[in-house]
Amino acid sequence: MEEFLQQLINGLSLGAIYALIALGYTMIYGVLRFINFAHGDVFMIGTYIGFFILTSSFGQALGPGFGTAVIVFLAAMLGCGLLGVTIEFLAYRPLRTRPKLTVLITAIGVSFFLEYTGQLSFVFGADPRTFPTVVEKTMVVQSGSLVIDSYQIIIFVVAIVLMLGLRMLIMKTRIGTALRASSMNLNAASLMGINTNAVISFTFFVGSALAGAGAILYAMSYPKINPLMGILPGLKAFIAAVLGGIGNISGAAVGGFIIGSAETMTAGYISPTLRDAIVFAILIFILIVKPSGLFGQGGTEKV
Amino acid sequence: MSLLNLKNLTMRFGGLTAVDAVTETIEPLLLMGLIGPNGAGKTTVFNMITGVYLPTEGQISFDGQNLVGQKPHEIAGTGIARTFQNIRLFPSLSVFDNVRVGFNNALSIGILGSILQPRSFWRGEKEIAEKIDHLLEMFGLLDQRNELAKNLSYGDQRRVEIVRAMATDPKLLLLDEPAAGMNPTEKQKLMSLIRYLRDEFQIAILLIEHDMHVVMGICERITVLDHGAKIASGTPEEVKNNPEVVKAYLGHSE
Amino acid sequence: MSRKHRSYLYLLIGFAAIIGLSFPFEAGLNSYDMRIVINVGISMILAASLNLINGFTGQFSLGHAGFMAIGAYTASALTTMVFGTTEGTTQELLFLVVLIAGGVSAAIAGLLIGIPSLRLKGDYLAIVTLGFGEIIRVVLQNIEPLGGSLGISGIPRYTTFIWTFGILAVLIFVTENLMRSTYGRGFLATRDDEIAAESVGVNTTKYKVTAFVVGAFFAGIAGGLYGHYNSLIRPLDFGFLKSVEIVVMVILGGMGSTWGVLLAAALLTYLPEALREVELFGIKFRDFRMTIYALSLILLMIFRPQGLLGDFNAEEFIRKIRGKPKKPATTET
Repeated sequence: MEEFLQQLINGLSLGAIYALIALGYTMIYGVLRFINFAHGDVFMIGTYIGFFILTSSFGQALGPGFGTAVIVFLAAMLGCGLLGVTIEFLAYRPLRTRPKLTVLITAIGVSFFLEYTGQLSFVFGADPRTFPTVVEKTMVVQSGSLVIDSYQIIIFVVAIVLMLGLRMLIMKTRIGTALRASSMNLNAASLMGINTNAVISFTFFVGSALAGAGAILYAMSYPKINPLMGILPGLKAFIAAVLGGIGNISGAAVGGFIIGSAETMTAGYISPTLRDAIVFAILIFILIVKPSGLFGQGGTEKV
Repeated sequence: MSLLNLKNLTMRFGGLTAVDAVTETIEPLLLMGLIGPNGAGKTTVFNMITGVYLPTEGQISFDGQNLVGQKPHEIAGTGIARTFQNIRLFPSLSVFDNVRVGFNNALSIGILGSILQPRSFWRGEKEIAEKIDHLLEMFGLLDQRNELAKNLSYGDQRRVEIVRAMATDPKLLLLDEPAAGMNPTEKQKLMSLIRYLRDEFQIAILLIEHDMHVVMGICERITVLDHGAKIASGTPEEVKNNPEVVKAYLGHSE
Repeated sequence: MSRKHRSYLYLLIGFAAIIGLSFPFEAGLNSYDMRIVINVGISMILAASLNLINGFTGQFSLGHAGFMAIGAYTASALTTMVFGTTEGTTQELLFLVVLIAGGVSAAIAGLLIGIPSLRLKGDYLAIVTLGFGEIIRVVLQNIEPLGGSLGISGIPRYTTFIWTFGILAVLIFVTENLMRSTYGRGFLATRDDEIAAESVGVNTTKYKVTAFVVGAFFAGIAGGLYGHYNSLIRPLDFGFLKSVEIVVMVILGGMGSTWGVLLAAALLTYLPEALREVELFGIKFRDFRMTIYALSLILLMIFRPQGLLGDFNAEEFIRKIRGKPKKPATTET
C-alpha cells in the first residue's frame, strides 16, 4: 500500500509537469487545429534559460532560494512565451491556409531546428549539463518507506496554481473569451471582429510559457539537461493531451496526471524499461477505442 | 414491389432533430422530387440512405435488403448512386478516370492480376474504356475526356458527377440539387437529360432541388419536408395546392 | 511493342542495365562510394514504398522506419541465428528467403497498423503511426535475444548493388502496374475524396490497408537489405528521425510522383555525404547538416509544398519532347 501511495505521489508530480506541457499542445490545437510538434523543444529551451541564469554571475550571486526560484520561473516563462510567438509568426503564420500536414511537417522542421542547432558546440552543445539547484530540497514527509520531498510539493502547487490561473484567464478576461470563441470557430470569430492573429499569438505565448514553467519544474527534479531532452516529455505530454481529448483544457490536465501515474506505476511494478512503451500503448489504445479522447467530442463531417 | 422503403427514418444531432420519422416509398422507374426549405433535412435523408450517416431510428430497405448499418460502398454496390450538393469529384484525376473509378467494382481482378496484368486484365480494361467513352459521348463530355476534373467548368463538373454515378450501374440515382448554379438554358438541358437517364437506363431517380420550375417540370411525385418532417406528398399539382406546403415556404421567407 | 507487355519490357531493360552497371560500379568504386550508392538504393526503396501509402493513398504515416525495423530484424535474425553464413547459390537463395520473410513480417505489421488507420485521418493517423514506430523501437530495445539496445551484429554482408537495385526495379514495376489498375484508381480516389469514393462503391478501407501492406512489405525488404549491408542493426537506427527522413523524401519528390520521389531520395541521401567535408566560414558542413536540413524543411514547406518537381509528370514530359499528341489512356491495344 505504501509502495502504491509512493508511486502515485511520484506519478502525480511527474504528471503535473506533463499536464503543464499538455496545456500548450491542447490550447494551440484548439485554436489552429494542428499539433505543434516543436512544443517539446520549446520546453527544452526553457530548461536552458533557467540553466544560463543560474550559472551566470548574477545567478550565482543570488544562490538557491525562493527569490531565485521566482526569477528563474518568470524568465523561463517569458523566454518560452516569446519563443513560441516568434515560431508561430515566422514558421506557421505563412501557412495558415495550407493543408494541415504541411504545417505538421513545418512543425517537425522547427523541432529539428531547435534540437540540432542546440547541439552545436557554440550553442548549448550536445553533452548533458547539470541544472544547478534552485531551492534546497528537503524531506517533508517521511513515514516508513513513504517519502515526500519539497520538490514534489512545489511541482504540485506551482502546477495547480498555474492551471487555476489559466482557467481564470480563459473564463474571466476579454482575451480569454476571444480565445474560446476562436477555438469554436476561427473564421466566425474573425468575422465578429476578433483580431484572430492577436488571439493566436496570445495562445502561443501562454501555451509556451506554461511549458517554460514545466521546464524548470522538470529540470529541478531531473537535473541532467540536453538539447534532445524535450522529445520524450513533449511526446508524453502530447499523448496526455490526446488522452484528455485534444482541444479540451481540463482534459489535458487530467490526461497529464494519468500519463504520469501510468508511467511511474509501470516503472515501479513491471519494469523501468517499459515506462515509455506503456505511454505509447495508451496512445494507440485510446486512438483506436476513442480517438476523441476522454473528454473530447467527435465531430461529424458535413457532406 | 417498391424499390426503396423508408420507415420512420429519424436523425438527431445532439438535441437537433434533423429528420423526424419520415416514411416514404419509391417505386421503380419513378422520377421523384424531394423538396423543402433550407435546413429541412433533405440532404440528411440522402446521407442516411447512402450510409454516410447512421440513422438514429428507423429502417431503410432497398430491393428487399436492409441498408441500415451497411457501409457506403456496400450500399453503392446494391445499386444506389448519388451526386453531392457541393460537387465531390476526384479533382486530381481526369474526367475519364473519375468515371473509371465508378467501374472499379465491375472489374473483378485481384491484386496479383493487377500487378502481373495478364491478357484478361487488358481485356477488362478495354471493355470498360469503351463503356466510359460511350457514356461520356452520351453526356457530351468526350472532348473533356483527358481534362483534370478540377479544371472543368461548374456545369461540366456536375455532369461528370452524374456520369460517374451512372458508371456504377445503379437502380436508383439520388441527385442533390443538380440544377444549382445553372442558367435557364442549362437547366432546360438538365431536365431533358434527367428524363433521358430514367428512360434510357430504366432507373428510379430521387432528386433534391430548389428550382420549382425544374421540380414541377419533371417530377412525377413530390415529397415535401419541413423541419425534418414530411408534410406533404403527391403529384406536382397536389403539392402545389397543399396549404401546408405553401405555409412552409412562405413562413420561412426564403 | 504492345502496351500490354511494355511494363515487362521495361523491367527486363532495368534488370539488364543494373547487371551491366554492376561491373563498373563494383570494379571502379571504393567501398566508401559503394556504400553511398547502396544507401541511395535503399533510400529509394523506402521512399517509393512510403509513396504508395502517403503519396498515392493520402495516408500520412510517420512510422515507416518501424516497418523497416521489423524487416531488418526478421531478416537479420534469420540469417545469423537460423541459417548461418552461407556461400554461392545457397546464399543467394537464402538471402531471398530472409528478405521476403522480413517483408512479410513488416506487411503483417502494416496490416495491424492499417486497421486503426481506417478510422483516423491526418494528424491523428500521423500520431498513431509515430507511436507505432516508437513502440517497435522500445520493444526491440527490450528483447534481449535480439541484442536489446545493442542490436544484432555480425550480419553477413549479402547485399550487393544488383540485389538493391534489382529489388528497386521490382518495386517500381509493382507500383507502376498497380497504379494502372483498379487498385491505383482506388488509392487515388481514396486520397482525393473518401466520401465520394465510397459513394461509387470504392471500399476505401480495403485500399488503405492494401497500400499499408504493400508499402510495409517493401520497407521490410529495405530493412533486410540494410541489415545485410551494414552488418549491424540497432533499434536506434530506426527511430523517428529515420521515419521523418523518408517522409521528407516523399514530400520533396512531390507526393505521388514516383520519379520525383526517387530523385528526392537519391538527392537527400547523396548530398549530405557529398557535402560532408565542405567548409564555409571555417565551419564544417557535417556539423551543420541537421540545422540546414531542418531549415530547408521549413523553407520548403513555406515556399514549395508541392515538392521539387511538383506537378511535373515524366510521361507527359517525354510525350512533349517526342511531339506526340496526348493519347487516351487505355483504348489503344
